[in-house]
Amino acid sequence: MQHGKYRFIAGFLILPLAIYAVFVISPFVQAIYYSFTDWTGLSSDFGMVGFDNYARLFQDGVFWSAVGNSVTLLLLLPVVTISLALFFAFMLNVGGRRTKKAVIGGVRGSGTYKILYFFPQVLSVPIVALLFQFAYNPESGAINSLLSAVGLDSVQPDWLGDPQLALWCVMAAMVWANVGFYVVLFSAGMSSIPKDFYEAALLDGAGRANTFFRITLPLLWDTVQTGWIYMGILALDVSAFAFVQIMSVGPGGPDYSTEVLPLYVYQKTFRDGQAGYATAIGVSLLIVTLIFAAVVMRLGRRERLEF
Amino acid sequence: MGSTSETSRRDLIKRSVALGVFAVPTMSVLASCASGGDSGGGDKVDKGTKSAKNPLAVNESAALDVVIFDGGFGDKYAKDAEAQYAVAHPKTKGKIKHASTQKIQSTLQPRFNGGNPPDLVDNSGAEQMDFSTLVGKDQLTDLTPLLDAPSIDDPSKKVRDTLRPGVVEMGQFGGSEIWTLYYAYTVYGVWYSKTNLKKLDAEYPENWDDMLALCAKAKKKGIAGWTYPGKYPYYVPFSLYPFIAKIGGAEVLRRIDNLEPGAWKDPAVRAAFEAYYELYKKGYILKGSPGLDHLQSQKAWAEGKALFIPNGSWVENESGKQIEAAGNFDLAVGAPSSLNSSDKMPFGTLWASGGEPFIVPKQAKNAEGGMELLRIMLSEKSSKNFTKQVSSLTSLNGGTEGLSLPPGLASAQQALAKAGKNVLNPRLQDWYVALQKEKIGVGCIGEMMAGRLTPAEAINKIQKYADETRKDSSVKKYKR
Repeated sequence: MQHGKYRFIAGFLILPLAIYAVFVISPFVQAIYYSFTDWTGLSSDFGMVGFDNYARLFQDGVFWSAVGNSVTLLLLLPVVTISLALFFAFMLNVGGRRTKKAVIGGVRGSGTYKILYFFPQVLSVPIVALLFQFAYNPESGAINSLLSAVGLDSVQPDWLGDPQLALWCVMAAMVWANVGFYVVLFSAGMSSIPKDFYEAALLDGAGRANTFFRITLPLLWDTVQTGWIYMGILALDVSAFAFVQIMSVGPGGPDYSTEVLPLYVYQKTFRDGQAGYATAIGVSLLIVTLIFAAVVMRLGRRERLEF
Repeated sequence: MGSTSETSRRDLIKRSVALGVFAVPTMSVLASCASGGDSGGGDKVDKGTKSAKNPLAVNESAALDVVIFDGGFGDKYAKDAEAQYAVAHPKTKGKIKHASTQKIQSTLQPRFNGGNPPDLVDNSGAEQMDFSTLVGKDQLTDLTPLLDAPSIDDPSKKVRDTLRPGVVEMGQFGGSEIWTLYYAYTVYGVWYSKTNLKKLDAEYPENWDDMLALCAKAKKKGIAGWTYPGKYPYYVPFSLYPFIAKIGGAEVLRRIDNLEPGAWKDPAVRAAFEAYYELYKKGYILKGSPGLDHLQSQKAWAEGKALFIPNGSWVENESGKQIEAAGNFDLAVGAPSSLNSSDKMPFGTLWASGGEPFIVPKQAKNAEGGMELLRIMLSEKSSKNFTKQVSSLTSLNGGTEGLSLPPGLASAQQALAKAGKNVLNPRLQDWYVALQKEKIGVGCIGEMMAGRLTPAEAINKIQKYADETRKDSSVKKYKR
């Protein structure tokens, strides 16, 4: 009987597994295979080079800058975005003045804010990146114009042109573009938290901060964790690539201060004709991603709260 | 409060889903390129009959497949040439396949790997396919037959002899074969508005002391001397490299191109770098330039906020609207000013070279057809058509008689005439793209112009990068 059951289950799984194998597993394997070759990307003529590409990675200063910047993004981007989104979502849903009619409610005009926050989400990434690029224009951009309008003529940074600031500038644009989505996501999560919990907290005399840390955040933890994972992917993947590629000096500069792993993969493949080496960089990106995944899963499990 | 076993099972599923979500986008970066396909290419079309009208023996009825980079020059000039091709070979009418794209490499990579590339490609733009790799992997057809074929306008001349100086050499990669033919011809230098200089009672400064004096005068009026696209600092070499050669002789640039040890330590390099660094130190560079892209810096310059910008002759087309908005701008190009009387080359020495590299892939089915189309494009009629459409010169020497050129192009033409034999053609930017643009351009020259490196530091860093490239076995080397 048990035997039959498994066959039954397998019958259902064959098709999806086959699709998964063809479109996900086989590209994985191929990519790893190419990382051991000297494939140029422009000719079907290539040979195996063993671990040469990986040995080269260790010597490659640009690669290590890219790893550093990608990891910085990976660590900071989710923290900043999610903290901001949590704060905004809390203020929109719970943080308002307590009235007699409702135990909890958002600040005044919260409906409008919700729409405003979501706005960047409907703009495509290149447009957001371009808008910020204009704003950062040191010569006539919005930010420096604003600074001189309030009398700060002496403070006119080069923004994207300054290696100390460039990565932060790109990161700020990414936060701006993404925070709205998480405000909406967390708002949805918060609205499913039973009101009695808040009532009980209120009766016990909890303030806003206490309510947030002892009621809202623990009950929202699953959503936060999901958001964290998505932001992590964003920080490592195509989104970071698009922002850096469009906004940064070079791109990737000044002086490699904004070089990130996906950009380096792109440059090695499409500019330098070294697709084999690029896939080796890609494999290292995979390793960074897997480490991140493992860490997030581990942290998430420890903090899990059951209700 | 759900049962524990239920929760953990749900967790397990969630986690595996999350893991899948991770893995998929990561690998999409990796696997975006997959080689494969057999290297066919055995199905080339038969040659046609060789005749005076058909010196390349083009198959008179074979299809032709053309891919053009759709950038600043558009693709109309190529379509016009294709129409002429169809007139010359009537049986090919309707069989000419024309495609234009900005994404040359991602469009063509599968076709190169699969062994069925087009017959003629304009390999240009940000997604230009790497020439070293194409040549190294034997993917290109030698264009010597085209260059030895008679020119359309004057059958007694070979195509080779109708081209501007340096164009043929630019197509060579260390051997006698000519792998690519640059169709457009770009004049690089210091671009300025004659009108804006006149407002300061000045003309283009022919030596560096005058340049500094003019910048000082402009500064008093709140105008910057120079600006440059700090986001792409590899524009600075457009006037800096010929400046180096002017000071120390063309030999210095040749040694730099050949990645010779210590090539950058030449005193001429140091002198040129010091001179440019002085522009920064004296505050003659438009504030914020390190954060501007090419369009933003050109806009500020066209608005008269800065007098000079290192650029190429495409600037007239690219910033045409802003130059027009400035009223009577009177665009002109200047060769690098003389540093002092001991300069090895005369004033007027400048950098000019080909743009829009056209290639005929090795495995093209109709390679003769691709070359024939190039031969048509290098006729005076097509060349004039190109110049009229996009205000740029072509590689055809002359070919502008009777055209009324816009001011910038006319000035470029004069500058070329003045330069005579002293036209330089540094190859770093097509031989070692990563070294020139990213390492030297962004990493060193950009940092120096922003004041974050001194000339000495910049030169040491550049020499280190050049040495690394010389020792890097994954980069193919060239000599000239």
